[in-house]
Amino acid sequence: MENNKFVIAVYVDNQAGVLTRVTGMFTRRGFNIDALTVGETERPEYSRITICMSGDKYVQEQLINQLKKLLVVKKVEVLSDEPIKRELMLIKVKNEAENRQEIMTAVDVFRASVIDYSTEGMCIEVTGNPSKIDAFVKLMQPFGILEMCRTGIVALDRGTVTLFNK
Amino acid sequence: MQLTGAQILIKTLIEQGVTDVFGYPGGQVINIYDALYEYKDEINHVLTAHEQGASHAADGYSRATGKVGVCIATSGPGATNLVTGIATAMLDSIPLVAITGNVPNSLIGKDSFQEIDITGVTLPITKHNFFVKRIEDLADTVREAFAIAKSGRPGPVLIDIPKDVQVGRYEYVAQPVVEKKPLPKVKDSLIDEAVKLIAEAKKPYIYVGGGAAGLGMGKDIVAFANKIDAVIGCSFMGLSAVPQESERFLGMQGMHGHYASSMSQNEADLILAVGVRFSDRATGNVSKFAKQSKIIQLDPDQAEVNKNVRVDLGLVGDVYDSFHRIAEKCAAKSSPEWIDRVRQLKAEEQAFEAEIAAANTAPITPKQVFDIINASKPAGTIITTDVGQHQMWTAQYVTFDRPRRFVSSGGLGTMGFGLGAAMGAYVATKDPTILITGDGSFGMNLNELATAVTYKIPVVIVLLNNGVLGMVRQWQTLFFGKRYSNTVLERKTDFVKLAQAFGADGYLAETPVEFKKAFEKAIVSGKPTVIDVRIDKDELVLPMLPPGGAISDIITKVKA
Repeated sequence: MENNKFVIAVYVDNQAGVLTRVTGMFTRRGFNIDALTVGETERPEYSRITICMSGDKYVQEQLINQLKKLLVVKKVEVLSDEPIKRELMLIKVKNEAENRQEIMTAVDVFRASVIDYSTEGMCIEVTGNPSKIDAFVKLMQPFGILEMCRTGIVALDRGTVTLFNK
Repeated sequence: MQLTGAQILIKTLIEQGVTDVFGYPGGQVINIYDALYEYKDEINHVLTAHEQGASHAADGYSRATGKVGVCIATSGPGATNLVTGIATAMLDSIPLVAITGNVPNSLIGKDSFQEIDITGVTLPITKHNFFVKRIEDLADTVREAFAIAKSGRPGPVLIDIPKDVQVGRYEYVAQPVVEKKPLPKVKDSLIDEAVKLIAEAKKPYIYVGGGAAGLGMGKDIVAFANKIDAVIGCSFMGLSAVPQESERFLGMQGMHGHYASSMSQNEADLILAVGVRFSDRATGNVSKFAKQSKIIQLDPDQAEVNKNVRVDLGLVGDVYDSFHRIAEKCAAKSSPEWIDRVRQLKAEEQAFEAEIAAANTAPITPKQVFDIINASKPAGTIITTDVGQHQMWTAQYVTFDRPRRFVSSGGLGTMGFGLGAAMGAYVATKDPTILITGDGSFGMNLNELATAVTYKIPVVIVLLNNGVLGMVRQWQTLFFGKRYSNTVLERKTDFVKLAQAFGADGYLAETPVEFKKAFEKAIVSGKPTVIDVRIDKDELVLPMLPPGGAISDIITKVKA
């Protein structure tokens, strides 16, 4: 069976310990996760967890069924093949005179922005598809990455489709 | 009415129909025990020797009746002692509510004396759990716990209550007993698909599991098997779900299942699985399991469909309803060739069983013990077991005359489960209760003999004593070149004296005649009794499907 990347969106009760219940189940059942984000939603009583992972149909089906068994989980959906995906990265790179122009060009082309600047380093904010972020990281590697962090992706289906009317 | 948290807890248990609880007091549940003292005319508390015994007793109570079992323990070690019992209930989908006290909210997270994050510890072994931070939420949390424990696929729920919540005061208003949440009914189109698959089948096999055990549909299953000319086999957990006198009933299948049951399941062209989860002990190597068969699975839990075995049709929802709609819509038919083939398999089974029995020259054999038990046990007897060879012999040989009479740890395989469970089953039903155990398992929790004596629980303990850890030793015999690492118990325990020291009766049985005499005395004595039956250490549980093996690897005899 084919190993595909897919994105799952989960509405959970917005209360203490919920993330442990969800991630504990993943560990227990041997599911490997590429990325996971949690945040508030349009409904204050719920949080939304976005999970990126890869696996075959069996893994996808099992993961969804096991998620649905958790009492804190209110709604689980696999997003369509091409949902709107965004990730944010903060990346600190060395600010050396001979590289400065090239870094600034990359920032420009990637529609990123420099949010902190010193003579030794600069901090750049990039938002976009995970593949765009990957590309930016690759581009910065030769200049010396001092530190970076990525949020993991958030995703919504296109159009007026929501988790509750799917 | 304004009550303390502890009073609210006990009032809510009573309100939810709880009449018996099992537990052990301690520092952070003193208030709860004070409330139990106050309401002792309305709720009976059984003090066990150890919290683990309390958890198994609550489990046995539930298995024998279908009611939610309740156990109580203090914080820290009291709570952690419940863990094995909760996990046992989880793996066999038994509805349980475990209540623990904890240190006051103000001391939580400070590594206080006897503080343990028990909701964290039990997260993977409960269906759900609660930490009750505010007294306002206490009564409704208890009600929700009962609803969760018994609805859908049942399971254990833990409620952790910090001391200040037990001490605080709040308004209590009684509520009606919470009902099980109804299971969804399966769509007509799926029922029709199942009917079509069954109509096309020439070798139907109805495979009954623990999910059907409590639904009271045994007679209907037999009637349906008669209608479509099917045979019936069951998983370990499905024993006692179906009346066994029917010729179509082949008994347990799987690792130590009956030969005819496992073989015909493998040859069937349709398996109607009713409340089973296709555990590895039941299927062996899944890639070789029932390859030419279509499988229809009826289960309340979506996650069980296609989890272990790929099925052709999963009917997720109300199992009782689905089964009866299918049974009604199916036309009667006959498959004489199939029935002939199964008869032939049964004859093969009887032949090698007779051969094994004839070759056995021991003064008393497990088979002889079970023949006597079957002949002498009163109607409605509950059989509980521990885990090991004795458990598998029980599953193979004991006949059950009604549902919920077989109480045994299937999924977790908990040695030390039996005595606590037997006490719980007896407290719930007052029906004759027998524990079949081995010297290994019994050694784990025999302290509960004290409880049985105190509460006059006349459990008859048939101790199949072979001086070894028989099941592990059997694997060592078959797969490890007889390298008997740590399975020979060189103990000098005198179980007759041990029983007497606890205030119970004790007998030694070295022959069938001695066993029969002791057993018949024990069953009418009204006292807990231990019968020390000296069986041979080389007895094996046969047949055996080697772990991860296919049906073709079945072992039916072993060269000496």
